[in-house]
Amino acid sequence: MDEKTLRKIKERLGSDIAARQAHLAKQNARFERQVLVCGGSGCSSGNSKKIYDEFAREIKEKSLIGKVNLVMTGCFGLCALGPVVIIYPEGSFYANVKLEHVEEIVDGHLVGGKPVKQLLYKETVNENGEITPLADTDFYRKQSRLALRNCGVIDPENIEEYIARDGYFALLKALNMPRGKIIEEVSDSGLRGRGGAGFLTGRKWKFTYDAQSDVKYVACNADEGDPGAFMDRSVLEGDPHVVLEAMSIAAYAVGANHGFIYVRAEYPVAVHRLQVAIKQSREVGLLGKNILNKNFDFDIEIRLGAGAFVCGEETALMTSIEGKRGEPRPRPPFPAVKGLRGKPTLLNNVETYANIPQIILNGSKWFSSVGTEKSKGTKVFALGGKIHNTGLVEVPMGTSLREIVYEIGGGIPQGKAFKAAQTGGPSGGCIPAELIDTEIDYESLQSIGSMMGSGGLIVMDEDNCMVDIAKFFLEFTVDESCGKCTPCRVGTKRLYEMLCKITDGKATLEDLDKMEELCHYIQDNSLCGLGQSAPNPVLSTLKYYRKEYEAHIVDKVCPAGVCKSLIRYEIDPDKCIGCNLCARNCSANAIRGTVKKPHVIDPEACIKCGICETVCRFKAIKKVGGKK
Amino acid sequence: MKGSNLPFQGTVEQERQLRDKLAELKPQGGALMPALQYAQELYGYLPYEVQKIIAEELNVTLSDVYGVATFYSQFSLFPKGKYQIGICLGTACYVNGSGEIYDKLRNILGIESGECTLDRMFSLDATRCVGCCGMAPVMTVNGDVYGKVKADDVEGILSKYSAKESKNNG
Ligand SMILES: Cc1cc2nc3c(=O)[nH]c(=O)nc-3n(C[C@H](O)[C@H](O)[C@H](O)COP(=O)(O)O)c2cc1C
Ligand code: SF4
Ligand code: SF4
Ligand code: FES
Ligand code: FES
Repeated sequence: MDEKTLRKIKERLGSDIAARQAHLAKQNARFERQVLVCGGSGCSSGNSKKIYDEFAREIKEKSLIGKVNLVMTGCFGLCALGPVVIIYPEGSFYANVKLEHVEEIVDGHLVGGKPVKQLLYKETVNENGEITPLADTDFYRKQSRLALRNCGVIDPENIEEYIARDGYFALLKALNMPRGKIIEEVSDSGLRGRGGAGFLTGRKWKFTYDAQSDVKYVACNADEGDPGAFMDRSVLEGDPHVVLEAMSIAAYAVGANHGFIYVRAEYPVAVHRLQVAIKQSREVGLLGKNILNKNFDFDIEIRLGAGAFVCGEETALMTSIEGKRGEPRPRPPFPAVKGLRGKPTLLNNVETYANIPQIILNGSKWFSSVGTEKSKGTKVFALGGKIHNTGLVEVPMGTSLREIVYEIGGGIPQGKAFKAAQTGGPSGGCIPAELIDTEIDYESLQSIGSMMGSGGLIVMDEDNCMVDIAKFFLEFTVDESCGKCTPCRVGTKRLYEMLCKITDGKATLEDLDKMEELCHYIQDNSLCGLGQSAPNPVLSTLKYYRKEYEAHIVDKVCPAGVCKSLIRYEIDPDKCIGCNLCARNCSANAIRGTVKKPHVIDPEACIKCGICETVCRFKAIKKVGGKK
Repeated sequence: MKGSNLPFQGTVEQERQLRDKLAELKPQGGALMPALQYAQELYGYLPYEVQKIIAEELNVTLSDVYGVATFYSQFSLFPKGKYQIGICLGTACYVNGSGEIYDKLRNILGIESGECTLDRMFSLDATRCVGCCGMAPVMTVNGDVYGKVKADDVEGILSKYSAKESKNNG
């Protein structure tokens, strides 16, 4: 592979790819139409592979081969509407596609030339029945896709499509730059680590560059431990080459010839796409010896993580790559000095890497023109929970939480009230409604007791109990603490027990003070970030939802009606006609009564599953808060 | 724990495959994790018998093997059922009520996360985000994804699989 070949590939495929982005794109692609089927994890679980196969069959049967280009891409972002199919040049966004829709779409759109309007995403059809650009929908309008620029645009298993999107041109450019200049460019861009802590990427590169050693390594953290997040997974599944290219640039800059990607074994599709990408890069000589004839050797190995949250911590990750129990060790020495196998190692997160090629190609000024004073560029969030448009969003730093929740996210379903947004996963905190205008960046989130984290953003409504949520995260950390240091191992356990005491209605107000004290003790005395940040979910909920804690303790009531010990089910004798349906559905045999007479629930036997409430046709059964 | 006392049913052929793989992995540094990953794939879990072979071939102590096998949640010391049920307890699913579905599954099957029913039909695992939060709460059976599950749906989903069995047997 050399510069000439790269340019040839780009020339050959460039127009096809360009025609996949704009609404009613000028038709200079080699195909009449291009059908993009989402192969992201959300849509795949909705059977998008079968939909792809069905399109392939139909296209063949209706002799459209050569006229229609069928492509399986990564996530488009609007996973809530999956499986999704987009057809260009119209930019028609087909939502919730089912197998039986395929023939209709092929006949109507591909053969007949008319988009099948009733199957399109509602927001892309206006009242006159005209198709409006996808980019104008609430979901996409405020987004700017930088790290995700190829996700949902190219076929991740085809290196040529990546090249056609300027892929590997950044590497080419970097290999012609002095190494110090590359690092300067990354530093000046202001890019900060997207793995959570937000350390300046350029500075980390500089440290590794400065370290003296015969051997150095670069590594990519694709462990993505936040249990409600899938940003890194989507990048790997939708655009694996961007990570390989960025790692190559980093390796050249800091002086490494060997790289590792540490990826969760629970992400089989991501692992597969990485394997395919590495194989293709090796075949064309973009990994291996003498890359792009620039006398630079570099290769990458994949290492599978095995489901331990703490292994996302950098020192634990490296121990795990060495095949041991992934326990953190004290820093310094930092990995940039002493990392994998005792050698200087540069570790960056997947999304951090995904920004690098564009910074090299467009320059640091271009990148730093987006974002806030101290947080540059964009951030990808996995938007989930009680929100209409669950999915993957990428917004400039400084976008307000309100814009993300109400505009991009489309608000809360069933007209419920927004209660909290959780960022930073088990290390983060809950942001209350009164702070919804916070403009998101590293500093602002920290100052309100949460953190950026890797990008999980979970919305909660009035039906969620904040004490229960704190307990949920603590249960997670208790489970995931590696056990090396006592403040974390024992402290989180105690904290969890105190929360259980509260949700059981057995705590006193003094317990709240004790709990807060314990939180600070754990923060101050744990060895690694897991323990240090484990109390955050408790502290932030205590700060903003103290009343809710007090309700559990003083009134013995769970206002959201979640905590089982504090609710009960009752049958209204005036409404109950004695049909016996509830009793037959109660798996605990807790409902007594004779036919045609009002029934009663035995509170001792009731396990509070709530089934009876849903089966009763006369709305006679109600959940009641508080202990009797 | 249910399932822990189920007898080991490994075959001679499996053991040969495992030993071959271990011989191949041994010269590389950090062979223990890949070895466990391979063995878990081969047997579906890592019983004492398998851990012993790994310790022997890689020349490490059994407690090293056990230490690593129990550290990572991907490794299971107990067999999996013919139908492996996963319930997502990722944040997005939990917020949408997956905790209740988990309770229901434990109730019906009478097992905890990580365990297997005595007839080896069902095993249960509480998992983290499976990447389709758009369909939260999510439950999986042998990789088939069920989205927007309600506690009421659980019996129906399970009976689909038990019905398949009784059909196969009768
Ligand atoms: C308990 C714990 C878990 C972490 N998990 C991850 C993770 O899943 N992915 C990640 O990229 N960084 C994770 N980190 C942060 C890493 O230690 C490290 O800072 C990061 O990978 C560096 O890359 P960056 O500078 O590009 O963000 C975790 C840190 C801690 C303390
Ligand atoms: S803080 Fe917790 S996870 Fe980190 S080293 Fe200590 S025990 Fe392990
Ligand atoms: S809540 Fe569940 S256990 Fe209690 S009475 Fe109703 S059906 Fe029975
Ligand atoms: S997985 Fe298809 S849109 Fe996200
Ligand atoms: S949290 Fe359950 S699929 Fe993401």
